[in-house]
Amino acid sequence: MTAIPFPAPPADSAEVVALRAEFRTFLDEQLKDRTPRQRSDNWYGYDRGFSRAMGQAGYLGMTWPKQYGGHERSAFERAVIVEECLAAGAPVGAHWIADRQSGPSILKFGTEAQKQAFLPRIAAGELSFGIGMSEPDSGSDLAATRTKAVKDGDVYRVTGTKVWTSFAHEADYVILFCRTSGTPADRHMGTSQLLIDLKNTPGLTIKPIIDLAGQHHFNEMHFEDAVVPADMLLGEEGQGWDQVMSELAFERSGPERFLSSIELMVQLIEVLKGRDSDAAQITVGRVTARLAVLRRLSRSVAGMLQEHQNANLQAAIVKDVGALFEQALPDIARELIDAEPDPRAAGAYASVLANIVHNSPSWSLRGGTREILRGIIARGLGTR
Amino acid sequence: MLAEMITRLFERSLDDAAQAAAREGQWLPALWTEVEEMGLPLALLTEDQGGFGLSFAEAGEALRLLGSHAMPLPVAETMAANQLFAAAGLALAEGPAGIARADDLTLSNGRLTGTVARVAWGEQLDCLALAVGDTLCRVPRAGWTIAAAGTSANFHPRPTLAIDWTVDAEAALPWCPLASGATVRAFQIAGALEAALDMTLSHTATRVQFGKPLQKNQVVQHELAKLAGELACATAAADLAGEALARHDVLGVAAGTLRAREAATAGAAIATQMHGAIGFTREHRLHLYTTALWAWRDEFGGQVSWAKLLGSAALAAGGPGYWPMVTGL
Repeated sequence: MTAIPFPAPPADSAEVVALRAEFRTFLDEQLKDRTPRQRSDNWYGYDRGFSRAMGQAGYLGMTWPKQYGGHERSAFERAVIVEECLAAGAPVGAHWIADRQSGPSILKFGTEAQKQAFLPRIAAGELSFGIGMSEPDSGSDLAATRTKAVKDGDVYRVTGTKVWTSFAHEADYVILFCRTSGTPADRHMGTSQLLIDLKNTPGLTIKPIIDLAGQHHFNEMHFEDAVVPADMLLGEEGQGWDQVMSELAFERSGPERFLSSIELMVQLIEVLKGRDSDAAQITVGRVTARLAVLRRLSRSVAGMLQEHQNANLQAAIVKDVGALFEQALPDIARELIDAEPDPRAAGAYASVLANIVHNSPSWSLRGGTREILRGIIARGLGTR
Repeated sequence: MLAEMITRLFERSLDDAAQAAAREGQWLPALWTEVEEMGLPLALLTEDQGGFGLSFAEAGEALRLLGSHAMPLPVAETMAANQLFAAAGLALAEGPAGIARADDLTLSNGRLTGTVARVAWGEQLDCLALAVGDTLCRVPRAGWTIAAAGTSANFHPRPTLAIDWTVDAEAALPWCPLASGATVRAFQIAGALEAALDMTLSHTATRVQFGKPLQKNQVVQHELAKLAGELACATAAADLAGEALARHDVLGVAAGTLRAREAATAGAAIATQMHGAIGFTREHRLHLYTTALWAWRDEFGGQVSWAKLLGSAALAAGGPGYWPMVTGL
């Protein structure tokens, strides 16, 4: 039988239960002035003050060694923090990428000096990262990367363009996926990763890409003979592909893959209060069932990653099914409530609906398009 | 180990002829005897209760295998009935058993009367674990006659029973039989989807059209990926329901059964479509699974009832209470 194992996540320990309660109190206090519309920004809300408060309270770098500012807690304890943040609509953007994937990559592949330089500052909520993977001619086809880094003494000289870099205009660093030898025809070979200081790299210019809602999250980063110290190479030269793939399982299986539109569900339930028809009960019941099962699948992958198992197939399934769910919510809401989406409305429901309608198309594009994910799943089933 | 024994037994004894006979409503006494000899009816009992004390994962695997072999006999129902009897301190079934909760039953002065609709293999059962309000009654075969015939979507008997019995074995209801039934069906659905994915992978690998196996087409690969996603959801949903049942949490059971039912719908549709016309025939074994999925997704409480139960609880929790409710499922 072609079973795809999703091991049962362990029951919440007393520590996990206590952590969840303690963290909910922390969030209530931190987010008391945050409006529904702001909460609906979900993981692309960006607030350095909130990230510093998270760091000071010990909620970042949860699983990392204490010597690097971490807290040596389990993947499940970290998962509690992450899902509670998303469910509450906390503005996690300033630490999101660093805590989720850049930090773990530095911990896994970085030099001792890099670990000491970066990890404690990430765990303190002071250092913000973006992702430096996609290019104008290589979005889904990451191996077609053209951005080139040429070693020149004790520096790399970088030339090329990266796009869709969320918060490059705010963040401090990106991990750049680039080519250190050969040509795009060599595909996975000859690629490397470099730590790029966004605030202090001569030859780097950052330009906004405004999305369809008029919001500035994305950027284009253009490197023109930009100078990067050679000791900012992450891991081994030429091993960039394997390193970047190990980042992706962390990127694809988390609760952000099905909780992006959760604020709409919260507001929908508020609007339905006192007039819950049979249709409302049935629909909300079915949505809740899907959500509960997605959460279990995601927690299962967290367990596999904790055990250092390869979960690339499972992570692709979570993201594919999760994106369908979070993208379906606006239409599910529209079948229950007559309301026009209004991006500038004062009322909670219309403004949240507008924000979700505008942003939901990106959820099956970022972190691997739906089509790429289904290809990965099909390969995992042995079809190619 | 139990899984291997079950697989060997079913591969040996549950052939196409047996399936065809069951579709005609014929009981399979030899197969039932083998199922009993293996101890399957006791698989959900703890060691104290006389079971094997299987782990949660092992018990779930046994239930999934009933689905992945399209077991036509009420083995899952008997497992669930014995689990209820044992929890209530009543005698175990001495043969195949059913579980039910019915609304039009009256228990007065010890006499139980009324009807119970659509009980799997109702004519063949040894006894019934029947919920009447907050009471669990153990009703033996002498306690009912067949009031009306009925047939499941996979062509197995689902008669309506006319109950008339002076109850001599009753206890406080440990939990709702519908929750048990919905949970075992969720595992069976996961098993049937596993079989359907296997068949679909095998069919699309060997069936050549336009000079290449179907599976080499990207559009086919994407459908297979969606089917694998539904299987993953059904498996997780069954596990979720099973864990919820163990702590008597009916909302968790509702969440698990609802998502498993959705997976049954979506998965059966993809598997059938990917098989082309042959998947619509009795010639190919796929129909054993698709028709079972179409039967199981509506049994032990309908989708509407379960969704209203979970949805009204979510609405009652309110916006701020919604997420804490979800994390409790």
